[in-house]
Amino acid sequence: MSRIAGRFQELAAQGRKALIPYIVVGDPAPEVTVPLMHALVANGADIIELGVPFSDPMSEGPVIQLAHERALASGTSLRDALAAVRQFRESDTTTPVLLMGYANPVEHMGHAAFADAAAEAGLDALLTVDIPPEEVTGINAELRRVGLDNIFLVAPTTPDARIGRIVDQASGFIYYVSLKGVTGAGHLDVDDVAAHVARIRDRSDLPVAVGFGIKDAQSAASVAGIADGIVVGSALIRAMADKLEAGGDHQAAQQAAVELLKEIRSGVDSTAS
Amino acid sequence: MNSEVKKTDFSAVPDAQGRFGVYGGKFVAETLMSALDDLESLYNRLKDDESFQRELDEDLARYVGRPSPLYEARRWSERVGGARILLKREDLNHTGAHKVNNTVGQALLAKHMGKKRVIAETGAGQHGVATATIAARLGLECQVFMGEEDVRRQALNVYRMKLLGADVISVKSGSRTLKDAMNEAMRDWVTHVDETFYIIGTVAGPHPYPMLVRDFQCVIGREARAQSLDYLGKLPDALVACVGGGSNAIGLFHPFLEDESVAMYGVEAGGHGVSTNQHAAPLTAGTPGVLHGNRTYLMQDANGQIMHTHSVSAGLDYPGVGPEHSWLHDIGRVNYVVANDDEALAAFHTLTRVEGIMPALESSHALAYAEKLAASMTPEQSIVVNLSGRGDKDIHTVAQIDGIDF
Repeated sequence: MSRIAGRFQELAAQGRKALIPYIVVGDPAPEVTVPLMHALVANGADIIELGVPFSDPMSEGPVIQLAHERALASGTSLRDALAAVRQFRESDTTTPVLLMGYANPVEHMGHAAFADAAAEAGLDALLTVDIPPEEVTGINAELRRVGLDNIFLVAPTTPDARIGRIVDQASGFIYYVSLKGVTGAGHLDVDDVAAHVARIRDRSDLPVAVGFGIKDAQSAASVAGIADGIVVGSALIRAMADKLEAGGDHQAAQQAAVELLKEIRSGVDSTAS
Repeated sequence: MNSEVKKTDFSAVPDAQGRFGVYGGKFVAETLMSALDDLESLYNRLKDDESFQRELDEDLARYVGRPSPLYEARRWSERVGGARILLKREDLNHTGAHKVNNTVGQALLAKHMGKKRVIAETGAGQHGVATATIAARLGLECQVFMGEEDVRRQALNVYRMKLLGADVISVKSGSRTLKDAMNEAMRDWVTHVDETFYIIGTVAGPHPYPMLVRDFQCVIGREARAQSLDYLGKLPDALVACVGGGSNAIGLFHPFLEDESVAMYGVEAGGHGVSTNQHAAPLTAGTPGVLHGNRTYLMQDANGQIMHTHSVSAGLDYPGVGPEHSWLHDIGRVNYVVANDDEALAAFHTLTRVEGIMPALESSHALAYAEKLAASMTPEQSIVVNLSGRGDKDIHTVAQIDGIDF
C-alpha cells in the first residue's frame, strides 16, 4: 500500500479528515522549505503538497504566482524540490509528500529520469496541472514502475464520462477543484462541491480531497464535512508573504503559516465523526 | 526533396488527439478540457458546413476586403538583383494584418456557441485590434490581455483597442510580454469558461486551436497559389514568412505543402543574434517541451523554465511556436532561418523607401531573409513573401531606435 493510501486509511479509521497544506519549494527562500515542512507536520498536516516553481504557472492566482516568482529568483528547480523531499525524509519517513507542478520541468528532465529520482528521494506522488488523462500515458507508466501515485484533478466542468476516464488513470486520491478559476480565487459553494464530490464517489473508491478557495477554519470545516481531505495553499502563502512584507523574518513567516494551519486543523477536526 | 516528404499526407495532421507527429496535443488544466472538447466538436461539424463557409467567405470578402493583392515589388527586386519578389499584401486587410482572417472565423464560432464575451492575448496588438474590431461588429464584450512591456511598445494599438470598446488588461507577471499575456488569458478563461470564448491569435495553444487557426489562415496561401498561377503562369520557387507563433506562415505555406517544387522559409526573430540568448528563435536554437497547451519547440533553460525572449518586434517576441511548425521543421519540409533585429529594421526602411510600403516589424523579418534569398536566385525564379502586416503601429519603435523623440 502506498504511503498516501495508508495515511487516508489511518485517518478514516480515526474518523478524521486529511489536512494537506501546499507550499512552494524555495518560497520565500530555499533554506525555509524543509524546516517549514516539518513545522507543518508538527502542527496538523497529514500530507505535504510541494509546489514546483515554474516560469508560467497558468493555473495559479496572484498569491501563488508571486510565490513561484520568489522561488525562481533564487533559482529553485525541480531538482531542488526532489532534494527537499530527500532531506525531509531523513527525519520523517511517514508523512506522504506529493509534488504539484506543470508539465515542462518534468518533460525536460525526462519521464524515466524523473521517476527514478523521485523514488530515490522518497516522494509519494505527482500532480501535473497541465497533463490531463489524454496526455498521461508516458509519465504514468514511469510513475507506476517506481510505485508513485499519480494525482489527477477533477473540475466542476468535468462531465461524468470524463470522471470515469480520470479515475481509471488515478491513484492515491482524487483532487477536486472546488471552483472554476485559479488558485486562491472566489468563494466556496459548499452544496455545489458536495454534489460534485458525490459524482466522483459514484465512480471511484479513491479518497477525494478538495482544494482551491479554502482559506480559514470555517471554510475548512464546511468542506471537511463532505470530503476526505482539504488542500490549503494560497492562504498559507499569503500569511507568510504578509509577515515578511511587514518586516518579519523567515522564522516569523513560518510561525504565521503554522498559526493559520492550526486554526484550519481545528476547523477540520470540528467535523470529526 | 527527400522521399519521406513526398509521401507525407499533410491533410492527415493533426490526428484525432490534435498531434502533429509528436507535437501539439491538449496540455491544459482539467477545468478547460470540456470547453476544448465542445469547441472541437462544434468546429468539426461547422468546417464542412456550406452555410458556415458561405458566411465566412462573405465576411472575408465584404468586411476584411479579400482577396488581398499579390504585388510584384519590381524596384526592390531590381535593386536586390536576383529572383522576382512578390508580396502577398495582408497589410491591406481591414485592421492592417493577417490576424483578422482568424478572428472573423473564431468570432463566427463564438456566435454559434452563443458566447457573449470574447478574450484574446496580444503581443504587437494586431490580434488584439482584430479581436476588438470583430467584437465591436458583433456587439460582444471584449477583454484583451497584453504584457505591460508590449503596452508600452505598442501604445497606438492599445488606444485603437480602447476606441473599439475593448478593455485592455496590462499583464504585470513574468516577462510582461506575449507569453505572460497568454498565461493571463488562460487564467481568465478558466474563471469565466461558461460565458467566454477565447480567441487565440496564433497556431499555438491546445488542440483544436492550432488546427482551426491554420484553417482560417489558409485563405492566404489558397489565394497566393491561384494568384501566382495567374500572374506568373507557374508556382513560385520559394515562399517566405516570419514565424512567431507562426499563423501567417502556416496560412501561406499550408496550401503549397504538396507542391514539391516550392521551397519554404520560416523566418524566426534572431533579436541580437541566436548566440546571445537575446532572441526568439525556438526552432533554430530551442528544444521540445510543453507550454500553453501543446508540445512544441521552446526556448527553455536546463531546468525546463521558459526563458525570456527578445525581439524588436513585439509580435515575434514569444518563446514557443505552433506545433505544426515543429513538425514541419523535424520532417524538413520547411526551412527555419533567422533574421536579426538590425536586418529587420534595414528591410523596414528599404521597403518603405523603395516601394512606398511600410511593413510591420514582424513582416520585416521575412523581407530581410527574402532579400538574401532573392540575391542567390535568378530573374527567372520568383519568391512570394507574406507581407503579414503594415508598419504604422511600429513608427514609434522605429523613431525611438533612430533617436527621434516625438
